Amino acid sequence: MQDVTKTYRSAGGGEVDAIRDITLDVRKGEIYGIIGHSGAGKSTLIRCMNLLERPTRGTVKVGEVLLTDLGERGLQRERRKIGMIFQHFNLLSSVTVRDNIAFPLKLAGQKKPAIARRVDELLTLVGLQAHGDKFPSQLSGGQKQRVGIARALAADPEVLLCDEATSALDPQTTNSILSLLMDINEKLGLTIVLITHEMGVIRSICDRVAVMDAGTIVEFGNVLDVFLKPSHPVTRQFVDEMSDLSDGAPLRTRDNSRLIRLHFVGEETYQPVLFEALKGSPVQCAILQGTVSRMKHTPYGQLLVELSGGGPGEADAVIESLRASGLDVEVLPE
Amino acid sequence: MTWENINWDEIWQATQDTLTMMVFSMIFTVILGLALGVLLYLTSSRQLLYMPALYSVLSFVVNILRSVPFIILMIAVMPFTEAIVNTTIGVKGAIPPLVIGAAPFFARLVETALREVDKGVIEAAQAMGASKWDIVRRVLLRESRPGLLAAITVTAVTLVSYTAMMGTIGAGGLGDLAIRYGYMRFQTDIMIVTVVILIVLVQLLQVLGDRLVRRISRR
Repeated sequence: MQDVTKTYRSAGGGEVDAIRDITLDVRKGEIYGIIGHSGAGKSTLIRCMNLLERPTRGTVKVGEVLLTDLGERGLQRERRKIGMIFQHFNLLSSVTVRDNIAFPLKLAGQKKPAIARRVDELLTLVGLQAHGDKFPSQLSGGQKQRVGIARALAADPEVLLCDEATSALDPQTTNSILSLLMDINEKLGLTIVLITHEMGVIRSICDRVAVMDAGTIVEFGNVLDVFLKPSHPVTRQFVDEMSDLSDGAPLRTRDNSRLIRLHFVGEETYQPVLFEALKGSPVQCAILQGTVSRMKHTPYGQLLVELSGGGPGEADAVIESLRASGLDVEVLPE
Repeated sequence: MTWENINWDEIWQATQDTLTMMVFSMIFTVILGLALGVLLYLTSSRQLLYMPALYSVLSFVVNILRSVPFIILMIAVMPFTEAIVNTTIGVKGAIPPLVIGAAPFFARLVETALREVDKGVIEAAQAMGASKWDIVRRVLLRESRPGLLAAITVTAVTLVSYTAMMGTIGAGGLGDLAIRYGYMRFQTDIMIVTVVILIVLVQLLQVLGDRLVRRISRR
């Protein structure tokens, strides 16, 4: 997406930019997450990607095709290569699961036996073999979203757009849908773009992330970089929702102690770095707060540590030694 | 009150005439009304074929036809009836006025039924590369089937009373019988019989319609 702006005329006659000058580059085969509060413009942004909303300015390119240059026919053809799933599933309520999944295949004019075979494959892929002849109203939310995913994948798309796909689901179902998405991303090499307001979704499956606020992207990059070192206040807000790491000051227990925050990423999460650095030093440490968790496949940790005891400079030596072992150490102000 | 004076053959003939008028006018009403209703829906604001000018014209015509009481409308359209079926009386002459009276009514019901279709499903179909025609055929008309069927039932019941009114201008049928014998000749027995037949007819239509709606509803 290049400099995409979408302007709506408001009821009062004024104009409102739902999104403004957004440039976004999603790489083939990655899972790209866009996070923002409601009203930040995420929905408009994802709808500009398949031109459900036509951008007021700017261009949208998928693969080698410039969507914003296409006419209605051409756009319909290209949209068949872009699957989309929705928060409220948007299944046809009047037809069975099989017929819902067959919908895009019928649009493409495929023959009946071919459609039946493909629908069987898809039902197996999403684990709904037993439910093909049911109607959507007989399914749970998670099952409906699986039908949505099967339908979106039916025409072998290269890209899958997920519009708050897990926001209407409970946490357990959310996880099962997310692992299904990650699975198809890895198995089929499908590029996935998702929008969400839940940090957990970004953390568990995304490779890269963009943070949106008031119609613009305020921060973007690898999920680890963005969330371990958030620079924009909105990003920090989202990160704080996940962890309860505060600034630490109220936790300080001893006088003349130093507070440091350690960031671990990858293998070092599992190394006894703190122990090694303190060995032989008179400095004592107390862990005041901490998280050790994973982002997609990468383990990471954050510890808030209080160093006390020892002569002047000895705490500094410990900090130096931690840095030397490759850790990111943040010394909090006194 | 005596029952000997009733000519059952005449009543049977009148019932057949009423049913014939109903069936044919219903067929044309559904075809014309469905097309008009879909067009009203598509051209209204924020819809697929948003065309405010066309919508206003269609809507205006529908409102005019609906605001003229049927008993006046059926007389007012006589020249038109004459022009297309070469007569204004009998079963044949009854069908054009019935369709003109019922189609706009049915079209509004269709428009309302289509509005009930989940916008998200239409959006999903667009995202899958469906054309406007695909959306009308595979999404709108499919998803609104229970609503459309209910609309057909209501329209059929309305047509029953319209056919009775047509009886006053020579269409024949049960209404004609009730007016000629029951009203003009004070033969209450015939009046009662025709009214009972009409009630049974309406009940049958409604029960049948409701049953079908229940059968195809999947929500």
